[in-house]
Amino acid sequence: MSENTISKETLEPVEGALSLEQLSEQIEEIKGQLQTLTNGAQEDKLSLIVFSGDLDKVLASFIIATGAVAMGLDVVMFFTFWGTPVLRDKKKAAGGKDFMGKMFGTMLPKGAGGVKLSKMNMGGMGTTMMRTLMKKKNVASIEQLMELAAEFGVRIFVCEMSMDLMGFKREEMVDYPNLTYCGVAKFLEEAVESKIQLFI
Amino acid sequence: MTDNITPDDTLDCSGLSCPMPLLKTKKQLGSMKSGQVLEIISTDPGTKNDLPAFARKTGNELLGVKDEDGRSLYYLKVK
Repeated sequence: MSENTISKETLEPVEGALSLEQLSEQIEEIKGQLQTLTNGAQEDKLSLIVFSGDLDKVLASFIIATGAVAMGLDVVMFFTFWGTPVLRDKKKAAGGKDFMGKMFGTMLPKGAGGVKLSKMNMGGMGTTMMRTLMKKKNVASIEQLMELAAEFGVRIFVCEMSMDLMGFKREEMVDYPNLTYCGVAKFLEEAVESKIQLFI
Repeated sequence: MTDNITPDDTLDCSGLSCPMPLLKTKKQLGSMKSGQVLEIISTDPGTKNDLPAFARKTGNELLGVKDEDGRSLYYLKVK
C-alpha cells in the first residue's frame, strides 16, 4: 500500500468529528423539520368569513371571492350569524319550527334577494334604488355572482350553530354544489393555511 | 404593437363592470388552447389595472392594449 492512499485505517479520527450515524441522525431531523415547514406553509388560498347579512357587504364578499378564484386562488367562504340567511332559498320552506324559529324565519332575509343595505336603507327605499341602479349600471347581482362562484368551485361552508340558533333547516338552504355545514374548527383549519383571511 | 395581432377569439365585455370582465375572461380561457390569443373588449376603467394583474398572477401573457373611442382592447395569450 503506497503512503498516499487514503483508507479507513490510515485516517486519524478528528476530535469532535461526527460519526456517520450521528450525521444521518441529523439529516433525518432536518428532513422532519422541513416537512413541518412545508405542511405549515400558506397556500394561495383565501378564507372569507361572511358575518354580515347586508347587501353591500355580501356583494363585496362575492366579488372578492369570485375575483380571487379567477386569479387562481383556492377560495373558501364561511357564512355565519347574519350571513347565514343569505343562503336561504326563497322558493323553499321548512316545517316543524318553534315560535322563535318562525319569528327569525320571518324577520330575516330569505336569500340574497332579501338582503338590505347597511347604510341608507331608508325603510327599504334605498335598497330598491340601489338594486335598480346596479341593474342600470350592469353591476352583477349577488345571485349572479353566487352562480359563478359555484361554477368556479368556490367552496361554501355554513355555520351549523347559527342555523340552529335562528331555527334554519338544511332543507331551506340554496342548492349550492357541496354546501357544507360546519363549526369553527373547519374554518380555522382552512384559515391557518390561507394567505388571505377576511372577516366581512 | 397590437396591430399585427390576430386574435383567435373575441370576448366583448362592453358595459359590464368589475368583476365581470375578469370572470368572463377566466371562463373564456378555459375553452381555449395554449398559445391562442384572446381579444377582450372592455369599457370598465378598472379593467386597465385588473387584466394586467390577472395576467401576472395566472401566467397568461398580456400582449398589448389598444384604446379606441371609450373602450379598450386587450390581447391575452393563453398560457
